[in-house]
Amino acid sequence: MYPDDLKYSSEHEWARVGDGDVAEVGITNFAQDTLGDVVFVELPEIGSKVDQFDKFGEIESVKAVSDLFSPVSGTVTAVNEELEQSPELVNSDPYGDGWIMEVQLDDPSELDELMDSQTYQGTLE
Amino acid sequence: MSDGVVPNASVADMHDRRLLMDRSVSGRRAIEMPTADVPLAEMPNDDLLRDADDLQLPEMSQPDVIRYFTLLSRLNFSIDTNFYPLGSCTMKYNPKLNDQVASMGGFANIHPLQTDDSVQGALEVMFELQQWLGEATALPGVGLAPLAGAQGEYAGLLIARAALEMRGESHRNVALIPDSAHGTNPASAAMAGLDVVTVKTDEFGNVDVEDLRAKADENACVFMLTIPSTLGLFEPNIIEINNIIHDAGGLVYADGANLNALLGLVKLGDLGVDICHSNLHKTFSTPHGGGGPGAGPVMVTEELASFLPEPVVVKSDGDVPSPARRERARVRAQQYHLTRPDNSIGKINGFHGSFSILVRAYTYMQSLGGDGLRAVSENALINANYIQARLRDRFDLAVDRLCMHETVLSGKRQADRGVPALSIAKRLLDYGIHAPTMYFPLIVPEALMVEPTETESKETLDRFVAVMQVIDDEIDNDPDTVNHAPHTLPNTRLDEATAARRPVLRWQAEKD
Amino acid sequence: MTSKADTTHPFIPNTASERAQMLATIGVEDFDALITDIPEQHRNSSLRLPDAASELEVATRMQALAALNQDAGTRPSFLGAGAYHHFIPSTVGAILQRGEFVTSYTPYQPEAAQGVLQSGFEFQSAVAQIFGMEVANAGMYDGPTAFAEAGLMAARVSRRNRILILDTADKRLFEVAEAYARYQQVEIEAISRESVLNGDIPDDAACIAFQSPNFLGRIEDVQALTDAAHAAGALSVMHTYPTALGMFKSPGEFGVDIATAEGQPLGVPLTFGGAYVGLFTTKQRFIRQLPGRIIGRTSDTLGRTGYTLTLQTREQHIRRERATSNICTSTQLIGLMVAVYCATMGPSGLRKVAELSYHKAHYVANAIGALPGWSVFGGTGTFFNEFAVECPIAPRSVNRLLAERGIIGGLDVSDVVPNGMLLCVTEMNSRQDIDRLVDALSDIGNGGAA
Repeated sequence: MYPDDLKYSSEHEWARVGDGDVAEVGITNFAQDTLGDVVFVELPEIGSKVDQFDKFGEIESVKAVSDLFSPVSGTVTAVNEELEQSPELVNSDPYGDGWIMEVQLDDPSELDELMDSQTYQGTLE
Repeated sequence: MSDGVVPNASVADMHDRRLLMDRSVSGRRAIEMPTADVPLAEMPNDDLLRDADDLQLPEMSQPDVIRYFTLLSRLNFSIDTNFYPLGSCTMKYNPKLNDQVASMGGFANIHPLQTDDSVQGALEVMFELQQWLGEATALPGVGLAPLAGAQGEYAGLLIARAALEMRGESHRNVALIPDSAHGTNPASAAMAGLDVVTVKTDEFGNVDVEDLRAKADENACVFMLTIPSTLGLFEPNIIEINNIIHDAGGLVYADGANLNALLGLVKLGDLGVDICHSNLHKTFSTPHGGGGPGAGPVMVTEELASFLPEPVVVKSDGDVPSPARRERARVRAQQYHLTRPDNSIGKINGFHGSFSILVRAYTYMQSLGGDGLRAVSENALINANYIQARLRDRFDLAVDRLCMHETVLSGKRQADRGVPALSIAKRLLDYGIHAPTMYFPLIVPEALMVEPTETESKETLDRFVAVMQVIDDEIDNDPDTVNHAPHTLPNTRLDEATAARRPVLRWQAEKD
Repeated sequence: MTSKADTTHPFIPNTASERAQMLATIGVEDFDALITDIPEQHRNSSLRLPDAASELEVATRMQALAALNQDAGTRPSFLGAGAYHHFIPSTVGAILQRGEFVTSYTPYQPEAAQGVLQSGFEFQSAVAQIFGMEVANAGMYDGPTAFAEAGLMAARVSRRNRILILDTADKRLFEVAEAYARYQQVEIEAISRESVLNGDIPDDAACIAFQSPNFLGRIEDVQALTDAAHAAGALSVMHTYPTALGMFKSPGEFGVDIATAEGQPLGVPLTFGGAYVGLFTTKQRFIRQLPGRIIGRTSDTLGRTGYTLTLQTREQHIRRERATSNICTSTQLIGLMVAVYCATMGPSGLRKVAELSYHKAHYVANAIGALPGWSVFGGTGTFFNEFAVECPIAPRSVNRLLAERGIIGGLDVSDVVPNGMLLCVTEMNSRQDIDRLVDALSDIGNGGAA
C-alpha cells in the first residue's frame, strides 16, 4: 500500500527519486481512496517551476476537487499525458501508471523534509 | 423477443431512448412555413452563406415530435406527479393560474423595448410586485432585475460594495460567510472581488457569535446570512449579530432562499438586515422548470435604494387617474416608468428581469393575500416539525431542537449499518418520493435535508414517514436492495465517473 | 368529515383540526411555540397586503392589466434589437403544458430526471449544430449574460485580462459585461474594427469580442476578426442571432472560439424581455472552463444509455469561491422550448424562417429607401433582417405617429445614427403589414400627422 522506496508528504503526495536528481511525483493510495473515482488531473506545464509544499495542480473526482501540492521544488521535466485520456489510472495504480509528473530537483536535501513509509502510515491512523 | 417489443403498455416505449437525430428521416417535417409574399431580394455573397446540408437538425413528423417529448416528460419526477421534499428548494405546488396568466397575449407578446406608455399594464405588475416584496421584507427598495437567486446575491453584493465605496470605504473586501452556507454565497462573493472568511457554527446550529466578533473587523464588507439557516433554524442571536456587523462598519446580507419560513412571522428589515434577495421560484411558487428560469429580486433599505440594478419601475407623481377610469387606459396619462436609479450598479442582464416569472409571483400573491401568505409559512413550519417529530426515533437530527420550514436529518446510524444517505435517497425514488437534499449542509454527516412545504397534506407526510421507516427496516433485512436502488426507474444508477472522464455532450453520428 | 370552516386555502390542504393533531404530535401547545427563536418584538408582524382573491377575481384583474399593453400579437411590430418576434409552432406550447417538465427541479437525482436530462441533451445538440461548434452548455440566463461570461471565460483560458469588445456591438452587451467584470481584475474596453483588422491589438488582450449581425444589423467580417484575434494570441468571441444561422455561415466555420446568443428567437415569446435563455458554445478543449450546467451521456449499471449532469466540479456547489461562475440555473424550461422548436422546424424550417426574414427585411428597406426624405443607413454592407433608417423627423415622433396608426415602430437609435431608427422585419410581418408601415412612413415624411 505504501512502498518503502518512496518519500511521503503530509498532503498525501509521494516522490520517488531515481537516478540523478529527478523525482517522480504522484498521490498516495490513501489520497486516491479518499477522493474516489478520479475524473480529471490538471497537469502542470513542462518547464514550469514548482515549489515544495506549494500547489502545482488540481485533481477532480465526480463531486470534489482538491489541490495538488508538490513534495519537492524544481522544474517539471515530464507529465503523465496518459492521464488526459485515462485519469482512472490514479485510482488503479497510484504509484505506477498513475504517476503525475517528473521534477528536476533544485535541492535534493529537501527530501529530508518528507516522511518515510512507516512515519506516513502513522499519520493516517 | 426482438428489441423494443415489450408486453407492458406503461413501459413499452420507456426504454426506447434514441435521440431525435437517431429517429430523423430525411424528407419528414413537422411544420410548413408559408412562401414569401414579397419579391425575393438578391442573396448575399456566397462566401457568407451556409451550405444547405451543413445544418444537421432532426427531420421529424409533427406527431413524432409530440410523442417524443411526451415520452421524455414521463421519465421525470415533478411536483405534479410526486412528493418532492427537497430541502432548501421549496418544491411547493405551482398554481396553474400563474402559468395561464403569464401566457396571456398582453403579457407574452410585448417587446422589452416598447415605449413605457404602451406597456402600462406590465409596468403596473412590476410596480406592485416591488411594493409587495418590500412589504413582505420591510426592505422597501426593490429591484426586480436579477434573473435568479445567484444573480440577486451578486446584485446585492455589488450594492454593498458601491454603498461602502461612496462612504469612502472601498478597502472593505471581506465577505463573512457561515460554514453552513450554500455554494453560491462564496461564489458570488468571489465574483464581487471579496475574500471569503468562514464563520463557524456552534453546537446548537447557530452562528458562533464570538467567532464572528473576532472576524468582523475594519475590512468587513458584508456578512452573508441565510435565514432560516440551511439547518432549518432561525438564528436566535440575529439582532446581536447584525449589531456586531454594523458596529464593524459592514452591511448584513440575508440570503432569502428560505423566505417561505418567514412570511407574516417576521420581516428581515425589522431585524437589521440591509439587503436580501428572494427566490420567487421558491417562496412565490413559480415553477422550477427542471432548473430554471427563476427570478431573484433584491430588496434593500431605503438608504441603499439608489444603488439598485437597472431598471426600477416608478410611479409618476402627477395627475393619477382613478382605477375606475382604467377602461380608458389607452388615453390616460402615463403613470409608470422604467428608470435607472441614481447610483445604480447598472445592468446585470439584457432587459428588465424574468418578467414571465414576475407576473406569476404577482398572481400568486394576489391569490394568497396577506393572511394567506402567513398561512403558507405557518403550515410549512408545522409540516416540517411534524416530519421531524415522527422520524426522530429512527434518524438522528442534525440539531435537536424545533425547526422552521425544513428539518435536517443525519443518516449516521444508518451509515454505521452499511447504508449511506445516498442510498436512502435513491431508495425513496423507488417509492415514488423524490430524494431529500443530500450531504448538505456540508457540516452535517450523512445529511438528509427535508422540506415538505405547506402544500402537502398530512396523508402525504404520513406516507413519507412510513416509507422512511420501511427503508430503515430494509437496511437491516435487505441492505443490498437499498444500496443498489433505484430499481424501478427508467435507469439504474448512472456512471458519473465515465461521464466526466470522457465527456459526450451532444449527439454525434455513429461512426461506421 | 371536514367542515367548511375548517379549511384554509385551495393551495394549503391541512385543516385546522389536522394542524392541531400535528402540533400535538410535535409536542407543543400551539403554533407560537414553534417560533420562539424569532425576537419577540418583531414576531408576527402582519403583512399589509390585500386580502386573498378568488381565482376568478385574479384572472379577471390580470386580464385587464394584460389588456393595457399593446402587444405584437395584435398589431404589426418592427422592433428587434436583441428580442425578436418570430413564429412559435404549436408544438412548443403543447409540450410546455406538461407539468412533468414544468414542475420538476434541477436534475440532481438523474435516475428521476431523465426527461429533463435527455431533453437538455437535445438542446445542447441542437445549439451546437446551429452554431457549428463542438459543445454547448445547458443554457445561461440570457444572451447578454452569456456574452459577459464568454469574456470572463476567455480571460481564464488565455490567462490574460483585457476583454476587447468591438464598438459596433449593442451597448447592453458592454454594460452587462462591465457589471460582471467589475471586481474580477479584468478590463473591458471598446475597440474599433479598424484597429483589430490592422493588428493594433494590445499584448494582454484575452479576446476580441464582437456581435454579428451587429447592433445595426450588419454582418461583420467574422473571418478577418477571428484571424486578427488569433494572430494576437487572443480568443475570438462572437455574439450572434441564432435565426440568422439558418442561412449565414456558422461561427464554427470561421474558427470562432466562443460563440453566444440570445436563445429567445428560437421558440420563446417576447414576454417583455424574460425569461429567456442564453446560448453558450465553445470548443471541446475549453470545456473545463465553461460556466454553467452541462449534461453528458453515460450508461447505468445495467449498461443502458442515460444522461447526467457532468463536469460539476466547475460549479459553485462544489468549487464554491473558485467556481467558474456563481450561476446555478440553466434556464432549463426555456431551453426545452428551444429544443422543441428546433425539432419542429428542422433544417428546412429554420432556413425558411431566416430567408423569409431576409427577403421581407430587404423589401422594407428598398421601399423605405425609395421614400423622399428617408434613407437606409449603412450603404451596401450585408444585413440580415435589421437595418437603420434615417428619418426626416425625430424617431420618437415617428414612433408616436406609428402608434396612432396601430403599428409598433422601430428602436430610436438617434444616439448612434442621426435621426436613426432601427427596424426589424421577420416572417411575422405580412406584406399587408409592411405596406401599412411604408404608407405610414410616407405620410409621416410628408408631414401628414394623421
